[in-house]
Amino acid sequence: MSPMASTAHTPSATPPEAIRNFSIIAHIDHGKSTLADRMLQITGVVDPRQMRDQYLDRMDIERERGITIKSQAVRMPWETAEGTFTLNMIDTPGHVDFTYEVSRSLAACEGAVLLVDAAQGIEAQTLANLYLAMENDLTIIPVLNKIDLPAAQPEKYAEELAGLIGCDPRDCLKVSGKTGEGVEPLLDEIVRQVPHPVGDPDAPARAMIFDSVYDTYRGVVTYVRVIDGHLSPRERIVMMSTRATHDLLEIGVISPEPVAGSGLGVGEVGYLITGVKDVRQSKVGDTVTNASKPATDALGGYRDPKPMVFSGLYPIDGSDYPALREALDKLKLNDAALVYEPETSAALGFGFRCGFLGLLHLEIVRERLEREAGLDLISTAPNVVYEVAMEDGKKLTVTNPSEYPGGKVAEVREPVVRATVLAPSEFIGTIMELCQQRRGSLRGMDYLSEDRVEMRYTLPLAEIVFDFFDQLKSRTRGYASLDYEADGDQVADLVKVDILLQGETVDAFSAIVHKDKAYGYGVMMAGKLRKLIPRQQFEVPIQAAVGARVIARENVRAMRKDVLAKCYGGDITRKRKLLEKQKEGKKRMKMVGRVEVPQEAFIAALSSDAGSTDKGKK
Amino acid sequence: MASALPDGDPAPPDGALPPSAVGGAADRRFGVYVHVPFCRVRCGYCDFTTYTAADLGGLADQDRYADTATRELDLAATVLARAGLPSRAVSTVFFGGGTPTLLPVTDLTRLLRTVRSMFGMDPEAEVTTEANPDSVTSASLAALAEGGITRVSFGMQSAVPHVLASLDRTHDPARVPTAVAWARDAGLEVSLDLIYGTPGESLADWRTSVTAALACEPDHVSAYALVVEDGTRLAARVRRGELPAPDDDDLADKYELADALLADAGFEWYEVSNWAVPGGHACRHNLGYWRGDDWWGIGPGAHSHVGGVRWWNVRHPRSYAERLAAGASPAAGREVLGDAERRAEQVLLAVRLSDGLLVDELDDVGRAAVPSLVEDGLVDASALPRRVALTRRGRLLADAVVRALLG
Repeated sequence: MSPMASTAHTPSATPPEAIRNFSIIAHIDHGKSTLADRMLQITGVVDPRQMRDQYLDRMDIERERGITIKSQAVRMPWETAEGTFTLNMIDTPGHVDFTYEVSRSLAACEGAVLLVDAAQGIEAQTLANLYLAMENDLTIIPVLNKIDLPAAQPEKYAEELAGLIGCDPRDCLKVSGKTGEGVEPLLDEIVRQVPHPVGDPDAPARAMIFDSVYDTYRGVVTYVRVIDGHLSPRERIVMMSTRATHDLLEIGVISPEPVAGSGLGVGEVGYLITGVKDVRQSKVGDTVTNASKPATDALGGYRDPKPMVFSGLYPIDGSDYPALREALDKLKLNDAALVYEPETSAALGFGFRCGFLGLLHLEIVRERLEREAGLDLISTAPNVVYEVAMEDGKKLTVTNPSEYPGGKVAEVREPVVRATVLAPSEFIGTIMELCQQRRGSLRGMDYLSEDRVEMRYTLPLAEIVFDFFDQLKSRTRGYASLDYEADGDQVADLVKVDILLQGETVDAFSAIVHKDKAYGYGVMMAGKLRKLIPRQQFEVPIQAAVGARVIARENVRAMRKDVLAKCYGGDITRKRKLLEKQKEGKKRMKMVGRVEVPQEAFIAALSSDAGSTDKGKK
Repeated sequence: MASALPDGDPAPPDGALPPSAVGGAADRRFGVYVHVPFCRVRCGYCDFTTYTAADLGGLADQDRYADTATRELDLAATVLARAGLPSRAVSTVFFGGGTPTLLPVTDLTRLLRTVRSMFGMDPEAEVTTEANPDSVTSASLAALAEGGITRVSFGMQSAVPHVLASLDRTHDPARVPTAVAWARDAGLEVSLDLIYGTPGESLADWRTSVTAALACEPDHVSAYALVVEDGTRLAARVRRGELPAPDDDDLADKYELADALLADAGFEWYEVSNWAVPGGHACRHNLGYWRGDDWWGIGPGAHSHVGGVRWWNVRHPRSYAERLAAGASPAAGREVLGDAERRAEQVLLAVRLSDGLLVDELDDVGRAAVPSLVEDGLVDASALPRRVALTRRGRLLADAVVRALLG
């Protein structure tokens, strides 16, 4: 009805009946940010002159890649015939690596807008998040976006959505975030359909943390949703997982800039600042309560972030090692999931073994380190965590292939994931073939519509971190989408393949692979290195070996000519300067035994198809 | 004279040498190089300082070149004397280019007389001129010998017409044996220059060229791998994909073939790219470059070396002539080598010679590198422990050996 609410509620004194907490579930380029932009405009919380695209995405990386890494929560007033309401839009991170964060954002809501591109239909990650929302008993409002596009097929995809959530296709709203068409009716529907929050205003406070962000000037800004009770400025609060107490220096709402207020009551969503400097002191999923009258039971669902994928990060210029450490220390303040410890590679020098939630997380961290700290980095091929039991009863956790034990191994366990692939049904065969090659087992398959299928697989995570997504995309002409979540571990027949140059193992190239793939990896890596390693004064054998057994071999033939033919009076100065330059160049060479390997060869061998992920939008 | 001049310090306007240049001068031979920067046509592969007549004029005119060069000889005598260098008779003179024989014979012989009168000359002095096979006649060669030239180095390059065409060389290959015979008749020592690795040249083509050169029975042969120098027409054609870039394995095959054919014919290698009939036929002037002797380079773009000071003249004949006309040094820049640089140069130059480098001249790092060089078959074990001398394979990898020896 009225585009702007004439009487907005005051934070901390908003009746829960007038609150609607919702999030938008959408695939990355399905237009969530644009729709959010329109909502900010239509509800009048952003002045048209201050409007910019993707208003809520703060990091450059978020805007460029069109993904949301950190959540946001925006409070917007909205007036309907029934009166004035307060809408809290809780933005969710949009990628598989951040499933846990998404689940916490959803747990802060009573409803979810399922936003799907009317020209593309639902994608695997959206489906996964939809299931999460349904598990949390959220009210789902199906919405088809981009109806202004010529390629839009709203009727077709309305059927698909209706089939998924069990509604009538006619219940799907049709909007265009770009033109604003249908956005006002959507806001009205949110008010009408999403249940208002319910809580006990007189109980000890319980507020769930659904995100925390480090801000250089203010320290950690923690986003919370109040379930019960009330939080007030200047009181002492307790983080229930750690029992740590803090002073509540500031509490308020985002609309869409922070506005400090006199607290937050039942059902409200806002931020708080305690002066801590590390997001680890304000963990997503944790419960905040009053110190004076603490709650006895924390809200459910809290868990510590667990790194799934590991990779070594090394500065290309060894003297940047301290700068890398500093940059990681800084990044850690804002990334509770990032873990790292120093490691040394004979080939790459000093660096860090880093643990990530997944490949995108790895890429984002790497990109932020390079961009924000101006570092040039090499990252080793990503690997997963292996639990190795030795015959003598010892057990160890291997996060770096070069630490894989050489002795008698009784059993190795590797993490597996439950993966969901959505694709047009014409690709079923192709996808099955790929998943079988990757040691997957089919758990089930359902048709979403006549020509779209959902396939569920159990796959080793190690197979996914090794160019699975690229393969899936290229074999399905980009139509397939993928989601996965951790699903325990399994015993696997794994071996370590070492790569040797002139008999010396190059630790950076060691990989743990399934026994049946050892040969393939060995041949691939040896072949790649043969092309990348410049000829030396002597022949350089490149071998791939499992233990002492050589499984593949290549040769870099000896260089035959390296001499300036003419060296007369006028050539001497030039020649000497060339030698001085070559001497400088030699410093950038890594020595493996007597073999000079250019830095670029390491980068090329480690980067290209070994575990690369999609650079663009997924 | 390579195209781009090195970066260096500014040279003093009067060309004065620092006192450091004087030490040990009595033990160094003194040579004179005269650069003649003219060619009839410019070859596609050449990056030397050279101009065709159409490029020039005025002070830089070919006709006035001998006068201008004489001015620099004057300057040389003054500078050397003023620096306190002992007076040394010239032991070698080399007219290079460009095409020195484009100048009238009388210009060359007049310049030679000037050298003699200013510095004095060894009775046994070696005086070489470069020549194109088609820029000489029986008479001109006789006149050169008459005027004191002792040695002629012909730019033969190849005996195969399609290879010569790729190099933009205009002479008829049949002209070479004739020119060599005339030179012999005039009593001149003869050297032939060959180039291998021209795009399109087969191994058989190269064999033909070496065999043809040997059939002329020269005293000396130089064989150079073709280098595609930046900024040449050849480089542009390779860049555009019209011609293949030289391949190191092909060059190595051709080097080894030449070395074998030359050895069979009784030649001995004495520098990476140079072979001579035994009995004092090595080019003494060029040996001076590799042994760290002193020489003064006359002409545009010419380089000089006196006692660890290297300098180079401005490239363009006009600015060169103008500087000298104004009584100034034509030097564009120079470097005064420090101890480390002198040692590095000594290693990189001496290693190229069959005599090699005295092990005593190496530092600890260099000495430590020797065993693995022997193991890789690059350094000849039989010359050790006194000298580091290259094997045939080592000659082809001389730069790698130098890098190893210098650490």
